[in-house]
Amino acid sequence: MLLPKVIAMIEIRFHGRGGQGAVVASKLLAQAAFLEDNDVQSFPYFGVERRGAPVTAFTKIDKRPIRIKSQIYEPDYVIVLDPSLMNAVDVAHGLKKNGLILINSNKKPEKFNLPAKRIATVDATSIAIAHRLGSKHAPIVNSAILGAFSKASKIVKLSSLINSILEISPAKKEENAAAAKEAYEKVTVVENV
Amino acid sequence: MFKTYEDLPLTPITNVSSRTNKTGLWRTFKPVIDYEKCIKCYICWKFCPDVAIIINDFPQIDYDYCKGCGICANECPKNAITMEKEE
Amino acid sequence: MKKVVTGNEALAYGAKIARAEVIPAYPITPQTTVVEKIADFMADGEMKAKYIKVESEHSAMAACIAASNAGARTFTATSAHGLTLMHELLFWASGARLPIVMGNINRAMGPPWSVWADHLDSIAQRDTGWMQFYCENNQEVLDTVIQAYKICEDKDILLPAFINEDAFYLSHTSELVDIPDQERVDEFLPPYELQLKLDIDNPMGFGSLVMPEWYMEFRYKIAEAMDRSRKKIQQVSKEFNKMFGRSYEMLDLYRCEDAEAVFIAVGTMASTAKEVVDTMRKEGKDVGVARLRVFRPFPVDEIRELAKTVDFIGVMDRSYSFGYGGAIFSEIKAALYNSDYKPIVKDYIVGLGGKDVTPKVLEKIFTDGLKVRTKGLKDKEIEWIGVKGLGGW
Repeated sequence: MLLPKVIAMIEIRFHGRGGQGAVVASKLLAQAAFLEDNDVQSFPYFGVERRGAPVTAFTKIDKRPIRIKSQIYEPDYVIVLDPSLMNAVDVAHGLKKNGLILINSNKKPEKFNLPAKRIATVDATSIAIAHRLGSKHAPIVNSAILGAFSKASKIVKLSSLINSILEISPAKKEENAAAAKEAYEKVTVVENV
Repeated sequence: MFKTYEDLPLTPITNVSSRTNKTGLWRTFKPVIDYEKCIKCYICWKFCPDVAIIINDFPQIDYDYCKGCGICANECPKNAITMEKEE
Repeated sequence: MKKVVTGNEALAYGAKIARAEVIPAYPITPQTTVVEKIADFMADGEMKAKYIKVESEHSAMAACIAASNAGARTFTATSAHGLTLMHELLFWASGARLPIVMGNINRAMGPPWSVWADHLDSIAQRDTGWMQFYCENNQEVLDTVIQAYKICEDKDILLPAFINEDAFYLSHTSELVDIPDQERVDEFLPPYELQLKLDIDNPMGFGSLVMPEWYMEFRYKIAEAMDRSRKKIQQVSKEFNKMFGRSYEMLDLYRCEDAEAVFIAVGTMASTAKEVVDTMRKEGKDVGVARLRVFRPFPVDEIRELAKTVDFIGVMDRSYSFGYGGAIFSEIKAALYNSDYKPIVKDYIVGLGGKDVTPKVLEKIFTDGLKVRTKGLKDKEIEWIGVKGLGGW
């Protein structure tokens, strides 16, 4: 059984740039968790709605109805779609003690100096380019990073994620599903960094 | 006619045509066309704000509705329209 | 069918299954995805309607008025500066007694330029003769669109309504929504039939001039219809509940029966507040939340009934009327002035321009309310919450 017993609400925060698919990622994850009979909520926090500008998005997953309509300040998980953001944004802000940060990077998790015990990395950019998602210079990495997230967090099964992608992904459904699968296999998780 | 607010229609509507409202009574001067001078350019017909000029080969004033504004007389290039005091 | 959809998609689904026939639309953040989704429905052949692209919100409402007057079920959506640009025509729609339904995404008025949640845009339309609904989740958004047509098109009402959702907290938030079957909605909501409509075979002038002898008489008819709408809103909610199993009150009371202090909340803030009430109740603090779902018509009787059992009412206003206070605060005080029960009423100005109303903020407000209940109001009748430099919060 992949899904841990959900008692408290699980809160996931995404950091990306406009155009990378962070907002769609938060929706895809919510949809996948919904397919596993959870109540879900996902929403973006836009600064300026422009390509390249930092974007934050949130997903909440709970067995009980989710009533809190405010941002996430103490996430269980942080997903970073673009490592260059880490120079400008404190992505680990408020992360829970046992929280996990998943970063789109070709580096090993040990290379990151972050206030988190659990760090995971996956080269979602290369995977997205290989599957022709977005362009070479502006790849859309959301499906790949979610595949990695499924493996690293065990919050949703890969099959649920694939179904979510096939159902609501706005374009290139098959390619996105394949990218998720590949990232699921390739993610590296290190506990007690 | 209406006695109370309850008799009124839901919203203010006019369910009779404005043809029933013969505004010719508002006139103090009336336009008279000198057909000797008229060249049938129909400029008077174009300018009449009350659609009170009818074209019947020559233009004709519809005195039921003409309010006597005098725009036709002002615009006529041949000075064929004069404003005469109503008796 | 359950789906994960945003509040804006819920509005679009509402318009679709209510079979709206004319959609005049002009885009504005954060409303744009409503009319985009409707355009998608139409392009995919899922929705039959006339989509009218206009050059401003003023024109959008003008087109709504003409379409509704011609007997078409009409829907549009807007937000903030768009809604306020419509202001003049909002009066026309209600005066002409047209049952137009509109979605409004509650967004702050600039400057400072802001696209985030704030209720000033719609509160400022208080006197336009439109019914105003405020939703706390996306399910309610969808359900209210369907209910609103039934209320507005009733021959005893014939007034327009707009349905508010908080910018981003609902408009761009994805949640589970049960989308009712088309056949059942058709059963609930019969086609729109207008008695007095534009008809080329029977021409009439609409919106005619009325001499002073009869102007008040026409306005009194609107006043009566708006008063009747209170019962109609409740009746339609009951019918809706019978058919779809969800009911909505004008004043939605949450754990108020035995509460020492009750807090009035509007929109998504109320949803968070209910969670905070549960937490504080576990610590023995008897607080409750009353969510104001309908601002016009104002639920005067419900407010007076609530005042009988509580010593303190805290009003959380997400808008501010410069020179006095929050509008909902003033309305609640006004409703109680001629009543026998007068609890202390305090105004908390909160969440303007999308400032996040977190459980922590609400807990502080509720704790303050409990203190004021025993110690009295002193000088602070109106307090701005969370303003940097004001301290205490």
